[in-house]
Amino acid sequence: MAVTTAQASAPETATREIFMSEALREAIDEEMTRDPTVFVVGEEVGVWGGAYAVTQGLLEKWGPDRIVDTPIAEAAIAGLGIGAALTGSRPIAEFMYSDFMGIAMDQIVNQAAKNRYMFGGKAKLPLTYRAPFGAGTGNAAQHTQSLEAWFAHVPGLKVITASTPYDAKGLLKSAIREDNVVIMFEHKAIYAMRGHVPEGEYLVPIGVADVKREGDDVSVITYARQTHHALEAAEQLAAEGISVEVVDIRSLYPLDTDTILRSVRKTHRAVVLYEAVRFGGFGAEIASQIQELAFDDLDAPVLRVGAAHAPVPFSEPLEQASFPGTAQVVESIRQSLKGVY
Amino acid sequence: MAEQSPVSTNGRAGGDDASNGVLEQLSDDQLRWIYLIMRRIRRFEETAEEAFRAAKMRGALHFYIGEEATATGVCAALDDGDFITSTHRGHGHCIAKGARMDKMMAELFGRTTGYCGGKGGSMHIADIELGNLGANGIVGAGIPIATGAALGSKLRKDGKVTIAFFGDGAGPTGAFHEGVNVAATMNLPAVFVCENNQYGMATHADFANAAAIHNRGPAYGIPSASIDGNDLFEVYATAKKAIDRARRGEGPTLIESRTYRHKGHTVLDQKNYRTKEEIAEWVARDPIERFVRAVNESERLDEDDFQAIDGQIEREIEHAVAFAEASPWPTVDVIERDVYVE
Repeated sequence: MAVTTAQASAPETATREIFMSEALREAIDEEMTRDPTVFVVGEEVGVWGGAYAVTQGLLEKWGPDRIVDTPIAEAAIAGLGIGAALTGSRPIAEFMYSDFMGIAMDQIVNQAAKNRYMFGGKAKLPLTYRAPFGAGTGNAAQHTQSLEAWFAHVPGLKVITASTPYDAKGLLKSAIREDNVVIMFEHKAIYAMRGHVPEGEYLVPIGVADVKREGDDVSVITYARQTHHALEAAEQLAAEGISVEVVDIRSLYPLDTDTILRSVRKTHRAVVLYEAVRFGGFGAEIASQIQELAFDDLDAPVLRVGAAHAPVPFSEPLEQASFPGTAQVVESIRQSLKGVY
Repeated sequence: MAEQSPVSTNGRAGGDDASNGVLEQLSDDQLRWIYLIMRRIRRFEETAEEAFRAAKMRGALHFYIGEEATATGVCAALDDGDFITSTHRGHGHCIAKGARMDKMMAELFGRTTGYCGGKGGSMHIADIELGNLGANGIVGAGIPIATGAALGSKLRKDGKVTIAFFGDGAGPTGAFHEGVNVAATMNLPAVFVCENNQYGMATHADFANAAAIHNRGPAYGIPSASIDGNDLFEVYATAKKAIDRARRGEGPTLIESRTYRHKGHTVLDQKNYRTKEEIAEWVARDPIERFVRAVNESERLDEDDFQAIDGQIEREIEHAVAFAEASPWPTVDVIERDVYVE
């Protein structure tokens, strides 16, 4: 996929900063302008403007034939995307919370993911599912999960997630242009994060990780909001002379194993950081690939840092302690340096 | 037997071979096509069963024999570009939507020349170009997809109608409710055709569904009809009305087509949940025989017409089996191919 760099198209806009929710909205709006078959469908995407305001103003601009409000019916929303995609449209179907995807699991996993393969490669599903995920918002156990590993496990799906407004916009635009089913997980704690987004057209390719900070002593492999905890930890440890590299994978499937291995072969230590329940989470896949492919380069066992083995609790001190924060990441990096867990 | 409803063709008695004027609306070519399709479905499955019992194929075969009038009558009322979603019992829908029997048979044999290159099998035959959005191994799952296809048509203003075929076994699923409710709220060009063949495996439709499925039409604010699914003419007339209505932008319809599978759930069947008498009673209402009797009485087609079609089908079947048997097995290098568009 061709990547147009921001620098090439609009160097004078290098200082523009917008929220991640705005960056996502720009991605949708631009792709709707580019392709008349693109439309948005989901709960409260129209009049309300999306539960996290991503589609705010789009109904007024595009009308109800392009911004389609649905009843509360996640299986139907998933199916609307499939049926419309199979017949010539390019839908963006939104789940209000990724936790609600359980209701649509058959449509996503048995239908959307498998149609192309089961039908011998003759079906094409240019379909993007968007889903807010992640903890830290006080919404308790059924609105804060990180279930991305479920979907990365299913052949036929691509799974992406962004840590910055720039990546969010570029990744979502790539997803919409894909002729495959792409699930974009959007961490709800960073919708209101501001970041640099140039005004010109650009894409962030799916399947390419991004080194968000270069370092020499330890690699932290992470994604989405945890990228920021890793960057904060790296900053703190830099004061002590510890040099941390932060790799934001951006895409769970396809996974950019090369970038991960390149980093680990340089630092010889890896901390895999994710916000999902640690046991059986996507970090286990990353850790496993590192030990399979770079075992001899490692000076310490690969360390996984993830959430507690419990549903996400409501009460703030419990919730904050249930998933990794910067302090825990700092501690984990120290552990990795010692090699003693 | 048909109950009062906006689209029902009222006043037709079950087992009645007269067409109540519907036959007269069909051209001789349409009558020939209908006979061709119903006989193709039956001969395809009879042949597939022989091949299965001879261990030439594996997996599961869900037979549509006895239900031919529903797929055929509905598809006879469709335009070529219209869409359908199908079920695990989907051979009939595929053939009625125009699928080739050689490519279907090759798929059942697991060969590269099959519709899915051997990756789908009996339960996953699709032909997107023909508007067949796929058979489905998950009961009820085609319904939300059909709703999505209908939404796509509404948004693209392509004038197409989508049929969701499903069985009485899908009546209790959440997918039914979500799919039909959303189609009704959005006034989509969809027709939901429930083939009530009485049993989901051994579980009777009346046990599985708290009330008759067609009764749900008013609950969703859409027209519904309960029809004799073994009466080709009643199926055609009811489907035509519902399809025309959908195409005019007036929204979806729910049709419950009462029919019966002559065969077991699959090749393997417990045979302990229905009586020989019950089966015999339904075999006596065979939809193909009833159609032929009605056409004979009308003197629209003669014996030569039927024989010519039968002869054509036998040649097609012979070719389909030979084609399937002679076709190569897939090579293992394709296992991970076509998971994604590259």
